[in-house]
Amino acid sequence: MTKRPTLFSLILSMPLLVWQLMFFLSPLLFLVTISFWTVRNFQMQPDLSFANWGRILTRGVFWDAYLRTMVLATAAAAITSMIAFPASYAISFKMSEKAKRWIIFVLIIPFFTSYLVRVYSLQVFLSDAGVVNAALGYLGLGPFSMLNNAFGIIVGMITLTLPLVILLQTFSLNFVNRDLIEAAQNLRCGRLRTVFAVIVPSAKVGLVIAALFAFILSFGDFVSPLYLGGGNPPTLSIMITDITKSGQQWPRAAVVAIMMIITLLTVAFAAITYAYRERGK
Amino acid sequence: MSTRLIRPSRRTLLKMTGAAALATPFLSIRAAAQTTELSMLAWYGHAEPDIVGEFEEANNVKFVPKYYTGGDNMLGLIAQSPPGTFDVILSDGEYVQQLNAAGYIEELNPADYPFDDFFPEFQRFPGHWQGDKLYSVITRFGFLGVAYNTDTFSEKEASSYDLYADERVTGKLGHFDWHLPNLGQMSLHVGNPSPYDIDQAAWEKVQEHTMGLRGQVGGFFDYGGTFSSLDNGQMLAFAGIGDWITGTLEKNGSPVRSVIPEEGGLQWTESFSIGKGSKKQEMAKKWIQWITSPEGQAKSADMAAYPAMVPSKAGWQVLNETNPAEAKRQNMMLGERNAMDLIREGLIQYRQLPVQQSLEEWNDFWSDYKGA
Repeated sequence: MTKRPTLFSLILSMPLLVWQLMFFLSPLLFLVTISFWTVRNFQMQPDLSFANWGRILTRGVFWDAYLRTMVLATAAAAITSMIAFPASYAISFKMSEKAKRWIIFVLIIPFFTSYLVRVYSLQVFLSDAGVVNAALGYLGLGPFSMLNNAFGIIVGMITLTLPLVILLQTFSLNFVNRDLIEAAQNLRCGRLRTVFAVIVPSAKVGLVIAALFAFILSFGDFVSPLYLGGGNPPTLSIMITDITKSGQQWPRAAVVAIMMIITLLTVAFAAITYAYRERGK
Repeated sequence: MSTRLIRPSRRTLLKMTGAAALATPFLSIRAAAQTTELSMLAWYGHAEPDIVGEFEEANNVKFVPKYYTGGDNMLGLIAQSPPGTFDVILSDGEYVQQLNAAGYIEELNPADYPFDDFFPEFQRFPGHWQGDKLYSVITRFGFLGVAYNTDTFSEKEASSYDLYADERVTGKLGHFDWHLPNLGQMSLHVGNPSPYDIDQAAWEKVQEHTMGLRGQVGGFFDYGGTFSSLDNGQMLAFAGIGDWITGTLEKNGSPVRSVIPEEGGLQWTESFSIGKGSKKQEMAKKWIQWITSPEGQAKSADMAAYPAMVPSKAGWQVLNETNPAEAKRQNMMLGERNAMDLIREGLIQYRQLPVQQSLEEWNDFWSDYKGA
């Protein structure tokens, strides 16, 4: 028998509901509404026109940017997850409690600094005459082109997401039942097999959620594609600013934004379904 | 006569301090009440202390800036604000007609402004007048040409738009991310004498030629990105800009410069208008009078955010006297061959909106080019 919620618990949950209504649902509805408006003399006019949808969805340049953004965000999420896992594993399983606390504190520090500032400073490292190429030059290598291309964008996205992914993975690995690991080892399961057969499946929810966050942040990232990718070629976030800059076409930009939101909701739903799916089902 | 020092008692001292502390907010409120706030819609830098500080102090005015990037952005900001939001509006010359057509700016009295000080070319600047009615006063201008890294290229090598196709520039050609100056340059490169007034065949040629350069492009940059990519040598040549960017970098020691190529250059202009419905029109007028005065013009030419030439001959005179190095750097020396000769020889064309195509058509092509 399910218990009816008390008035107290309803009141306690109200702020979340109000917040979501005010700052998520209402703007989202407004975004959908203005996607049907038109622009005359740089002013938006309420309308019910499908012209913006038709125009955006029939242009090859939109689908190219869409595909590019998907590939970049997927690559960033995959690479970040792979780089983060050994670090998270070491923090969770190999470090003392005191060392864990310190390393978690250190991982939070990057969030103290503006992402834009961090990306600008990366230009100093990645440019043709930058720190990385200078170091490689001593080894007789390079120079390599690392700025204004996909490599630069991915580096920026990893910079954005890596600390968060390590933290989420670490918290997830902390909850893995140590008895299962011990049992696996008692059954002569090798270290690597223990990781993939016991630890990863046990921490699956957290690992998938961490990768999902990396994808979401990378998919909507504007700073790295612009300042490390040189906007060349543009991603969807750059396309939104381009559209609003030229002719103040906010309704068309709303169409691009809605397509991004639909994509993110679909990916998030699929990822969460996969994360919580039990084995064999 | 003996002087007697009055030593205040502790109680008196406390009383006096308390009274002073209580009175201070009233004094500052009174002072603040007298200060006029003047809102300015402009490109970055125009309401910074190096430009407005002297005027603010002399007139007890405080500028409240709202900065934009690009004419469309400016029109959008005005369109989305109630009338009277902006007291003074700085716009690119080609957008003045649109401001006027939309009814966003006030008519001005020509007698209020020192047009007699201006070079003849700027006294009745196109688009700023409707018959004898004046709507905007030109305050600065500059040229757009080939921006290049002086460590890599000589001025002679950079003196043609052919530089954009040079193999040393592959992956190192930057674009200032605005279609109007870039496509204007491409139009000049393919030989259109009026780069913005071209028929369909010429427009298709411009598109084809521009697309041919796509492989050379290293990036499309905003204002900040343009500065940094030129400064760190990531881009060796840049289209769509001129001394307004490279001049600032050059003054700070970067090896970059702009040159007007043999195919011709473009001219950008900036003009001040008074916003429709402004309640401070007298002070707004006073500001435009000040910035177009010889002293104001000399100051404007050396603006910290980005330098520019000025339309006032009297302003040139002051700059020649007070800052000859900057006058020389900007080719504004009187009594010798200077920037005005380039205009008079027909080497410079005004940047303007496309005449035979819609702005949207140019815009769409620019999006396709970026995404290619």
